[in-house]
Amino acid sequence: MPSSDTLDRPRSLWVCALIGIGLMAAVDEIVFHQILAWHHFYDRSTGDIALMSDGLLHAAELVILVAGLFLFADLRRKDALAPRSAWAGLLLGLGGFQLFDGIINHKVLRLHQVRYDVDTLPYDLAWNGAGLALLLVGVVLALRSRG
Amino acid sequence: MHLSVAAAAYAHAGHDHGPTVSDWVLPLLVLAVGAGGYLLGAAAYAGRRHRDWSSWRTASWLAGVVVIATALSPVLADQAAQARGHMVQHLLLGMLGPLALVLGAPVTLLLGATSSTLGRRVTRILRTRAFHLLSHPVTAAVLNVGGMFVLYLTPLYALAGREAWVHHLVHVHFLAAGYLFAWSIAGPDPAPRRPGMGMRVGVLVLAAAAHSYLGKLLYARAGELPPGAGHTVAEMETAAQWMYYGGDVTELLLAAALFSAWYRRASTSRRPGDDGLGGLLGGRSDTGQRG
Repeated sequence: MPSSDTLDRPRSLWVCALIGIGLMAAVDEIVFHQILAWHHFYDRSTGDIALMSDGLLHAAELVILVAGLFLFADLRRKDALAPRSAWAGLLLGLGGFQLFDGIINHKVLRLHQVRYDVDTLPYDLAWNGAGLALLLVGVVLALRSRG
Repeated sequence: MHLSVAAAAYAHAGHDHGPTVSDWVLPLLVLAVGAGGYLLGAAAYAGRRHRDWSSWRTASWLAGVVVIATALSPVLADQAAQARGHMVQHLLLGMLGPLALVLGAPVTLLLGATSSTLGRRVTRILRTRAFHLLSHPVTAAVLNVGGMFVLYLTPLYALAGREAWVHHLVHVHFLAAGYLFAWSIAGPDPAPRRPGMGMRVGVLVLAAAAHSYLGKLLYARAGELPPGAGHTVAEMETAAQWMYYGGDVTELLLAAALFSAWYRRASTSRRPGDDGLGGLLGGRSDTGQRG
């Protein structure tokens, strides 16, 4: 059992937020792009700049996931992992990414939509609602994990 | 040289004769020289140091040699006239093969297996300004990913399809630039004045982003790119997706190699913030973990 003086709450929170971002990005890629094939690899309405920023985000997500896992192992090794801060961070990362993906990637950059040949409104509401819910639970947990 | 050129010409011209014995000469030569040289080195290392050379490093190097030999063999050459086979060949030669070789730490093996005179000579080369500039992550990324932009966006691709020697040079470039890049990001070999974690992570992300962008660009303009290649749209779309996801796999492996090395080094540093990630995450200057 880690003693409270070795716990590093801020670091536990942001390291797990990195893992949350990376996990949600992986779920998005594996479930929605590959298994369901709802999302398209490339959408004809995507502009050049959007493609570039998509490449940058995609590359960053992969490195964020790997970095997060090794930083997490490092926290465990140092007995510095604060469990409640870690859960808060994870949910903040999951929800934050989901909301970012739903608003910036789908709507602002118009990389691709949640699903094609259907009315996207219910899908967008479900997508962003889920993201917002995860984010809010993360915020509540983060506030309660202080002290 | 002549035989390998013939193999390359076969691969691109799509001649209707099957692969001949001579097409196997280059891959088998790569296998024999690559694996044999390294195993001799490992034996010399054990003799000189009285302890065994890492079997993980040996396994990684041998895997790299097999990957590269496979990429050059008729197994893939049959496919290489197709855009997808071509892309797989480039992924193996320029990304996965070199990474496996780099993790075999051949320079460390060389330094441990040979006389101190040779070791000093090698170290002197590693310390030169020219080597430092060439092996900087930014230089390596430009040579590696920049080379792909030049190949796929200019008539060079079509030229390599017509001229066997150009095709051969492209392969040499892919292998050399891929090795340099993997080494500059995650190489376990000694490197005086190696840039810190912040620089290496940043360059890895930017290089992978440029690679993903090129993959999507080739997909989006599958009818026009590469100029004069004559691939069908469907063929090029498949090849571009291979490029995109193959790049992801390589980026993941590179990041894992980079961060696992950091993890091992960080075990000696206990103070928070003194972990070489300061410049990356906290906006402070890098504390300069030297690999």
